[in-house]
Amino acid sequence: MSALTFEQIHQRLAGKFGEAVGPLQPAKKDPFCTFAPARLLEICRFLKSEPDLAFDFLEDLTATDHPKLNLIRVVYHFYSYPHRHMFIAKAEVNRQISEIDSVEQLWKSANWMEREVYDLFGVRFKGHSDLRRILMPDDWVGAPLRKDYSEAGGYRDISNVRDNPLDLYLSMDRELKAQQAAAQPAAGSQSAAAPEQHAAPNPPAKPGA
Amino acid sequence: MALDQLVMTKFGETAGEEMILNMGPQHPSTHGVINFVVHADGEVMKKAVPQVGYLHRAIEKIGEIVTYPGFMPYTDRIDYLAAMFANEGYALAVEKLLGLTVPPRAQYLRAISCELNRIASHLISLGSMAMDIGAVTPFPYALRERESINDLLEALCGARLTYNFHRIGGVGFDMPDDWMPLCRKWLDHFDRILDEWDRLISFNEIFVERLAGLAVIPLEMAINYGLVGPNLRASGIEFDLRKAHPYGAYPDFDFKIPFGKAYAGAYRGGVVGDCFDRFYVRVLECRESVSIVRQALDKFPPGEFMAPKVPRKIKPEAGEAQSRIEAARGEMAYYVVSDGGERAYRVRARTGSFLAMGIIEELSKGLMIADLVALIASLDVVAPEIDR
Repeated sequence: MSALTFEQIHQRLAGKFGEAVGPLQPAKKDPFCTFAPARLLEICRFLKSEPDLAFDFLEDLTATDHPKLNLIRVVYHFYSYPHRHMFIAKAEVNRQISEIDSVEQLWKSANWMEREVYDLFGVRFKGHSDLRRILMPDDWVGAPLRKDYSEAGGYRDISNVRDNPLDLYLSMDRELKAQQAAAQPAAGSQSAAAPEQHAAPNPPAKPGA
Repeated sequence: MALDQLVMTKFGETAGEEMILNMGPQHPSTHGVINFVVHADGEVMKKAVPQVGYLHRAIEKIGEIVTYPGFMPYTDRIDYLAAMFANEGYALAVEKLLGLTVPPRAQYLRAISCELNRIASHLISLGSMAMDIGAVTPFPYALRERESINDLLEALCGARLTYNFHRIGGVGFDMPDDWMPLCRKWLDHFDRILDEWDRLISFNEIFVERLAGLAVIPLEMAINYGLVGPNLRASGIEFDLRKAHPYGAYPDFDFKIPFGKAYAGAYRGGVVGDCFDRFYVRVLECRESVSIVRQALDKFPPGEFMAPKVPRKIKPEAGEAQSRIEAARGEMAYYVVSDGGERAYRVRARTGSFLAMGIIEELSKGLMIADLVALIASLDVVAPEIDR
């Protein structure tokens, strides 16, 4: 019933799995370490079953996309209710292959979170019981949270391109002005006075100006 | 006689045929646009598969497009029944990235606004749960009290639902001069309402018997499926992030953590983690929230309501931070990754409702269709928080 620090947990893991557990990143805020994707399941099983670690709660599972490194990092946040400590790990997968083991057999909460990562990042989870899109429609093209994702022009004949309402206003305004100019006789004194009548956005003239 | 056998004796050979029903997405008791594909044999469900995503607004993608402070109004839309928590979680994550400390007055204002919002959110949950089961009367009573909270929060921050009150480094506005007596008056009034609520519905024999022993979630299953907040506590664990990992002003307050104790009573078939526990834990949480708001008003500190050195352009150094808060629907965690720019590289909101939906398919096996409604209501899921 004692909470371990990040460093202590990392030491335990590094002692057991050697190079499969990366060095603790001296990130400024939340430290984390990387797991070798090939041994992910093994390390996770150790995290869950070892009595002094006892990570019984997969608190969060998400991903970040790094096109320049050609990587997607799957991020795991673990928490232990008995010991009240937490740990953060990442597993790097290639963007093209983008396949990694599912941890659903250890934590059921991974079921929906892995579906979400599959849906939004296009990472396939090997051994997942029900890998379908979850938030986007089944026939959606692309993985929306990837950095290089660009929207298609529409979905099922519904365009997602909207005119800028300001453009519409400006074009109406231009048309109105053209109509007014056409309606006005071309006399010099009147045309000088006309714009002031319709130029509503202008500030009111100062008295005495 | 088990239900399956009952069906067999009643319908003979025609029994055992699977019927697939659509419940939702526009069903009054699904609490928002959610669709359940119910595989049923008569009244007994084989399973109910939730289909979500109807309210997906790509809020996490928007978080990568707008600036850090610009994302704050969008967080309101993650959970519009308890928007204060969504505000607070995001503010805490960005403050952690920036290394900002928030002045005590702002922390107290955050705690007060959040606890009031928690009561409002629980009132909706409790009232609509009673209504889903067939008790229509309590719902307007709950809404009446929630209106008062909305009025109080409107006086505090100008909005009734989407508050945008918490800002990075503090809160948007100071407490108005005459607000404190108003709030105290309402809290005194609400104490009596909670007693009335217990007489009205919590201890109503029909209501309790309807929920006792229904859709039991054992603690191990709740943790494994990632349930959080009241749903988790109802399964019998005394865990609250406000106590376990205190943040903001919460270390200053003295409050209890209500958790499931088979409140329905063993003689009625009550089990720890049944629907009635999930209902009654929320009632007790309302009492605790009232006590927290009272303590916060008593100890309300002077000073600034905004940190003095919040940069105009918020550009945290590269790094990542996660904030975990105890929201009305359980743990809400924001995971914010910065690459040193003006915009977040990744914003992730982990919400309670999303994973609470994941457990329904497993729990629904063998339940009656009418019980599915009670189960959904007891888990207190809201569609915007699921879909984001």
